[in-house]
Amino acid sequence: MIKRPFFAITKPKLRCARIWALPKETLVEIPPPKTAVFLVKGPLPKADELMVRVGDRVRTGRKVLPAKDRGEGFISTVTGRVSGISFCTGTMGQPYTSVCVEADDQDQWDDSFGLQAKEPSLSTFVDFLGDVPGAPDFGSLLKGSPAVETLVVLGTDEDLVVTKNQFVVHEEAEALKQGMEVLKKLSGVSRLLLLVPDYLKEEAEKIGVEVNVMKPLYPDTLPKMIMKNLFRKPVPVGKKCEDLGVGFLSAEAVAALGKAFSEGKAPIHKRMTVIQKDGSTVQARARIGTPVKDVLKALNIETHHGDRVVLGGAMTGRPAFSGEAPVEADTDAILVQDRTQIIPSSDSHCVNCGECVRVCPAKMPVNLLIRYLENSLFEEAAQDLDLFSCVECGLCSYVCMVRIPIFQYIMLGKQEAARIRSAEEAHA
Amino acid sequence: MLSQKLLVGSHAPYWHNGIGIRDKSAHTILAALPAVVMGIYQFGVPALGVMALSISCAMVWELILNRVMKRSVTLGDGDAAGIGLVFGMMLPATAPWWVVVLGTAVAITVGKWIYGGLGCNPLNPALVAIATLIISYKGIMDFDLAYLNYDFSFPAPDPLKAVKAFGPDAAARYSLTGLLMGQQVGGVGTVFGLGLILGGLYLMARGLIRWELSLSYLVGLVAAAYIFNLSNPEKYAGPWFHLLAGYTLLGAFFLITEYSSSPVNPIPMILYGAGAGVMTILIRNVGGFTDGVVFAILLFNVANPLLDRIRPRALGRS
Repeated sequence: MIKRPFFAITKPKLRCARIWALPKETLVEIPPPKTAVFLVKGPLPKADELMVRVGDRVRTGRKVLPAKDRGEGFISTVTGRVSGISFCTGTMGQPYTSVCVEADDQDQWDDSFGLQAKEPSLSTFVDFLGDVPGAPDFGSLLKGSPAVETLVVLGTDEDLVVTKNQFVVHEEAEALKQGMEVLKKLSGVSRLLLLVPDYLKEEAEKIGVEVNVMKPLYPDTLPKMIMKNLFRKPVPVGKKCEDLGVGFLSAEAVAALGKAFSEGKAPIHKRMTVIQKDGSTVQARARIGTPVKDVLKALNIETHHGDRVVLGGAMTGRPAFSGEAPVEADTDAILVQDRTQIIPSSDSHCVNCGECVRVCPAKMPVNLLIRYLENSLFEEAAQDLDLFSCVECGLCSYVCMVRIPIFQYIMLGKQEAARIRSAEEAHA
Repeated sequence: MLSQKLLVGSHAPYWHNGIGIRDKSAHTILAALPAVVMGIYQFGVPALGVMALSISCAMVWELILNRVMKRSVTLGDGDAAGIGLVFGMMLPATAPWWVVVLGTAVAITVGKWIYGGLGCNPLNPALVAIATLIISYKGIMDFDLAYLNYDFSFPAPDPLKAVKAFGPDAAARYSLTGLLMGQQVGGVGTVFGLGLILGGLYLMARGLIRWELSLSYLVGLVAAAYIFNLSNPEKYAGPWFHLLAGYTLLGAFFLITEYSSSPVNPIPMILYGAGAGVMTILIRNVGGFTDGVVFAILLFNVANPLLDRIRPRALGRS
């Protein structure tokens, strides 16, 4: 945990983890799970919409779409029998359909991707590769209007403790190069750019693509901040980066893409940083769908009642409510915290210390915003106090002196304000 | 089910920089100590009595108000102790016990809790109490009367009062070094300029107070005093005298920086600080009160919500 420095006259500089700053770590291979769990966004499909049923068999590398007419699906990373389909709720009330697959001992590879990979097209990306490690959103990236002109491949990592993209630039340069070539050929994007932290510049240049460097400081690593600082095009409120013609993909996803096409197999492994209770880190590679408890067991990390397990980085990750939660395509890190390390939120009033206002990269009036949001004035917050300018970095909560869960309030406010607006539009 | 292992689920972020409101209070108290210790050394045991009573009374009132308002006990955050400390620092060492009890009651009740407690007060609680005493009881805050029985090695009249009555010639009796080193009468914790400056620099470097407020206040005050002095040197004392006399330094580092009643955006902070500095000199030189710090800061406390509307454009707004 990065503590407040003794002298704090300027706002904090949070340096993202660097791979050379980490102690020599070997990649720990997590054994394939006995039961793999796959989460698909969206509520449980009705019986007549279900495309997969309990007892069905799936093969490794097969794309499974649980519901008819819904694009969301998953690539099975094990061969086995579907043992359960149920409904679950994620953070901020996001509904998920969870599909459990009991794995056999031997993998049997499905060849549907291999066949498509021989003559790849744009639809291969959209249909098949949305679930590669890094969870790239090819759909909105490549089919958007206006078309994306510049595609930024992120060799930097967004969150503080995450290092997967940096490892890709460092260790998987060949796959990254292949992925970028495939991407350029198929997408027709005019400019492909590799963005890396300054210390990886030389290695990145060896790949032979256009390279840009940046200081790996949080939250400058977030796409909206890159738009502002690198492209000098702040994303207007209510728009996405793609609307300005710039798309972002993680180096991990592009390298997985390259590997997928060269090997003819859909990628099933996910690399992640596991941060143990004592702060030390382990690099691990597990199949997507492996329950977190299996990962922790393989690494001999014990959790007890009241501990916290986070899927993702320290600033933007999601909580795992139980050990059954699976490793997903975007689980870049697993952060394990002892219950004594958890700094609880409080229900105190804002004291107006101004730390959040100083630290906010979007220059939002967070001190006023929190007063509005605490009183459920979501619409007013969106209208008068720039609620939708938020880049979702979480720094406001990180520095809050009275430990108000400001970031949570902001996310709730955004969700509620959007819901109110869409309800109003529906009734207009 | 109850024996099942459950994990704590909460929203991001999962790290915190570790600072809490208790740290802020503790460091503010630490930063004020040099000035308080010097005051106790200078004015003797009565000063210690005033400080001890003020801090403890403020905490007792806080506890009572916690109970009355049916809120959880908030003594641990140190805010009440901080208010008691700053209030005590402004009192003369000879202040009678009931003044301390009454003052802290006003500070904690009227200054803080009727608005909802920590963070909700529109005015600085310690200043509300001092202003109430100044207006309600003539003579209590008169430092000439308070130290009548003391025998000092330095000029005993209250410098600001002397200048107000006899013009800048009276200021010549006070050396600037003397004022800096605490050779003046005044509140227990307000006379030792150097101690207050050191405390203020410490808080600024730690990022616990907003330096823009303190510096703009001092710049505003010095500039206004300089202009007055330039316009009529025979009537108005110089800026450095005003910088070191009275509550100025306490105001700059411990009063104007109170979180809840001051703005947070850059331009408002500078306007707020400079405005309060100018207003302090206006009250001292033109107004009816001896020291302008109390009412100048209170006045700008009221202007704070309006000033803080001037804010930078948020990301993605045209």
